Amino acid sequence: MGLIKSLESVGEYVVLMKRAMSLPDRTREFFKEFSKETYKLGVNSIWLVMIISFFIGAVIVMQIALNIDSPLLPRFTVGVVSREIILLEFSSTIMCLILSGKVGSNIASEVGTMRVTEQIDALEIMGVNSANYLIMPKITAFVTFMPVLVIVSMFLGLFGGYVICLVTGVPPVSTYVYGIQFFFRERFVWSSIIKSMMYGFIIASVSAYFGYYVKGGSLEVGKASTDSVVINNILILATDLVFTRIIA
Amino acid sequence: MIEVKDLVKEFDGRVVLDNISTRFKEGVVNMIIGKSGSGKTVFLKCLIGLIDPTSGVINYEGKNIVNMRTRDIKKLRRNMGMMFQGSALFDSRTVIENVMFPLDMFSKKNQRERLKRAEFCLDRVNLSHAANLYPSEISGGMMKRVAIARAIALNPKFLFCDEPNSGLDPKTSQLIDELIADITVDFGITSIVVSHDMNSVMNIGDEIIFLDEGVLEWTGTKDDIMNSENKRLNEFVFASDLFKKIKESDTAHNDTNKEVT
Repeated sequence: MGLIKSLESVGEYVVLMKRAMSLPDRTREFFKEFSKETYKLGVNSIWLVMIISFFIGAVIVMQIALNIDSPLLPRFTVGVVSREIILLEFSSTIMCLILSGKVGSNIASEVGTMRVTEQIDALEIMGVNSANYLIMPKITAFVTFMPVLVIVSMFLGLFGGYVICLVTGVPPVSTYVYGIQFFFRERFVWSSIIKSMMYGFIIASVSAYFGYYVKGGSLEVGKASTDSVVINNILILATDLVFTRIIA
Repeated sequence: MIEVKDLVKEFDGRVVLDNISTRFKEGVVNMIIGKSGSGKTVFLKCLIGLIDPTSGVINYEGKNIVNMRTRDIKKLRRNMGMMFQGSALFDSRTVIENVMFPLDMFSKKNQRERLKRAEFCLDRVNLSHAANLYPSEISGGMMKRVAIARAIALNPKFLFCDEPNSGLDPKTSQLIDELIADITVDFGITSIVVSHDMNSVMNIGDEIIFLDEGVLEWTGTKDDIMNSENKRLNEFVFASDLFKKIKESDTAHNDTNKEVT
């Protein structure tokens, strides 16, 4: 029973995405919505990304500096390991897990409320493709803004580490800076950006799906919002696993 | 003209609309009345294509909308305006932006002309002063009027209203009723109004359809309704003391007239 229901949900999701990803009824209106969503979902998330990245970056450097205390490992290893953690996993995967809570629940509750208050029906009656009008700007805006968030997160994460080195002196700043430049591979940045764009698609589309098919009232909207965050997190982690296996 | 033939709608085997056949008269206010849970809203949603019927035919000027292609139904819907029970205004847009929305999406007019049309529609419902307010800043009655203005923005042929008086005080209800009746005449629209408010029926109903437990029990005009012999209709209409008294005074008046003659 559960398997059939899950398969039905996947089918519903695919059909919804097909409707959402068609050509917009009015390009002008699409771009208007796109810019609104870019501000709402992307620009409004920058502060959260900056704060979290700075502190977690600082904590990563502190933890590594405390735990890698072997005479066999040079001190600049702290910088190297911190950089790899931030670039490969933190700024893309962990940041998207956090963003799925903020952005995902926002999308699910917004679309869900529009469903229960018949605003989506109103769009349909006007002859508007409601899935396309509501969902496509959210997906495209969030996916295209994702690289900005990831790059901001990378810089702030590494900067957090720099500040902690400056304050504690462990390791010295020059050693840390040498470490984060040591054997730097640009492709890690690109793979992180690509990964985050995939997560951005998952967050926006899955949350929109949960909101779009809400039935009932405010209680169900709340449930859809929570469910969307849970499923987003599972899908992000599964995608991370597959993606890391492919590029490793 | 809208024509319905043998319309059936079932939800999980439960029959909600049972073999309904009727015609909606052009250019007048057609009212669908009945108790709560009698299938009125489901009937309305079938008529506008929001719910697919289990079987039956719904013809709009000869074109059946049941199983119609998405592209064709979208085209047809541009001739429809709908006022939802909860108004269904877009929260993130101001009143004028709500009215302009269908124009922005489908009108080929330029920005100035679209704005002019939206202002005209808003003025028609006497809400010019509220143009820049958000739906959360206006009353329920005003929301309904904005919903009417938005529904008529594209000059539709058909206006659908789902419980336009629900949650409104008697005076505002009357105002909304009069607005629907006036717009029907002024714009030459065919209006289909779902209601269980008998005051509203007597105020503006030209043609009336009575649904009871999903069955089309009675059709007629508001003049026929008071003298109908249909037991279920009478139970519905005369559930209100006011209408009971009107009927009694009518009967008494007729008896006196007979005696005088």
